[in-house]
Amino acid sequence: MKAEQPTQPIALETAHLSRAVVGKVLTDDINVQVHIGEVVAVVGPSGSGKSSFLRLLNRLDEPTGGTVRLNGEDYRKLAPQELRRRVSMVMQTAYLFPGTVAENVAYGPRHCGQRPLAEQIDALLHRVGLSGYQERNASNLSGGEAQRVSIARTLANAPEILLLDEPTSALDEDSARGVEDLVLDIIRERRMTCVIVTHNNAQARRIAHRTMIIQGGKLVAIGPTQEVLRDD
Amino acid sequence: MTEFLVSLDRNVAVGMAQAAAAIALCLGVVALCRRFAVHVERETAVSLARGLVQMVAVGLVLALLLHGSLLIGALILLAMTFAAAVTASRRAPEIKNRLVLSFYAIAAGSSVVIAVLLATRAVTSQIVVLVPVGSMIIANAMNACAQAMERFRADITAHVGLIETGLALGADPAATVAPYVQSAVYASLLPRLDMLKSLGLVWIPGVMAGMLVSGASPVYAGIFQFIVVAMILAASGIAGLVATLLMRARAFSSAAQLTLRAAEPDKFATPQP
Repeated sequence: MKAEQPTQPIALETAHLSRAVVGKVLTDDINVQVHIGEVVAVVGPSGSGKSSFLRLLNRLDEPTGGTVRLNGEDYRKLAPQELRRRVSMVMQTAYLFPGTVAENVAYGPRHCGQRPLAEQIDALLHRVGLSGYQERNASNLSGGEAQRVSIARTLANAPEILLLDEPTSALDEDSARGVEDLVLDIIRERRMTCVIVTHNNAQARRIAHRTMIIQGGKLVAIGPTQEVLRDD
Repeated sequence: MTEFLVSLDRNVAVGMAQAAAAIALCLGVVALCRRFAVHVERETAVSLARGLVQMVAVGLVLALLLHGSLLIGALILLAMTFAAAVTASRRAPEIKNRLVLSFYAIAAGSSVVIAVLLATRAVTSQIVVLVPVGSMIIANAMNACAQAMERFRADITAHVGLIETGLALGADPAATVAPYVQSAVYASLLPRLDMLKSLGLVWIPGVMAGMLVSGASPVYAGIFQFIVVAMILAASGIAGLVATLLMRARAFSSAAQLTLRAAEPDKFATPQP
């Protein structure tokens, strides 16, 4: 079971967040507050704008209206690289860089001038159930293993906020359940602030304190997960 | 003017007859292709007509400007550089200001090399020498620029997922596309490297052939040809590098977002197995 919904300061806040591309509205005036240690699920039909919303939260795409505040500060005041280390994303498909698993896990710290210790990489891989995978070629992993490496790689940045874009949707059922359990455990033990996009309402029930429903780029409902998804 | 008219002697008539023979041979090849359902009739006809008209026009201009100043030669090369930029810029329709980008890249490559050729007196500033040699340099810089742009564009649009993963992990945009910069510059240099390697073994280029026909020392003609091909390699390297780096700068927004992409962001992405 997930922890009780925390009453903590606001970690992430969107204010009239919008994005339109060549006349098509992808995200339409969304106002949401996410508290420290809270897990918020984003659900909605395919093409409703869930992933588009998520990509605005770490500024992979630029809002055409409104903004995002991180600990009360407009995120445009932060260098994009710093913002993305603090608000890190695990993508739907695990794109691994050419090289070893250890090199992949070290990617984030290495690109901000740090050299992570081998022990730190070992610990992260152990945490995601891939002990002994350090020197494996990243291109020879299964989908589930690749997604676990992707999670370890994101955690190596020690992010304040974790964004998950349907991290299990590209996996087979067994791998998906394993990765979901892993994500759930990590969120709980680290009390991470997390926004997860999912098309799976059962997954949202298992993970999220609150759930928001997006349709046509608009926020149509938000509240405690059990209430929002009650009629589902 | 009298001198110009005199230059249009009977050699021109002979040349036109020889050109007609070359055209006849090309048309024969087109007919052969047609038998195998390869239809290049219209394109070949247009290309042959354009090529002949353009080269006759160039000959007329050179005949008129034979004794012109270095400034006139520089203006001709500038016009050629602009025309080359128009051609190369068509390879990257997604890039803003691509004409300016191509112009900078081709001008950088060719101007440095032509300046070195003039400074070392490998070529004189006479238009009749400067323009043909300069045009070879510009044409190769154009090809290198176009090849680099095309390769970089193709690599970026094929690896959107990987690049955005790097960005999402806080990497600098330049770091996320570093492998594609390398491959684009290498791709633009490769034909010129092959050209240099095969020099004298597989082919004897036109400049050397022309010098031999006009009675120059074969050894000097060979050395001069090497200088020209080496300078073509240098011009191509500069043009390819400048084009790729300028394109890299335009591939990202000021907020480190990837803006160069195919219509469907992940359409060409290569997912993990």
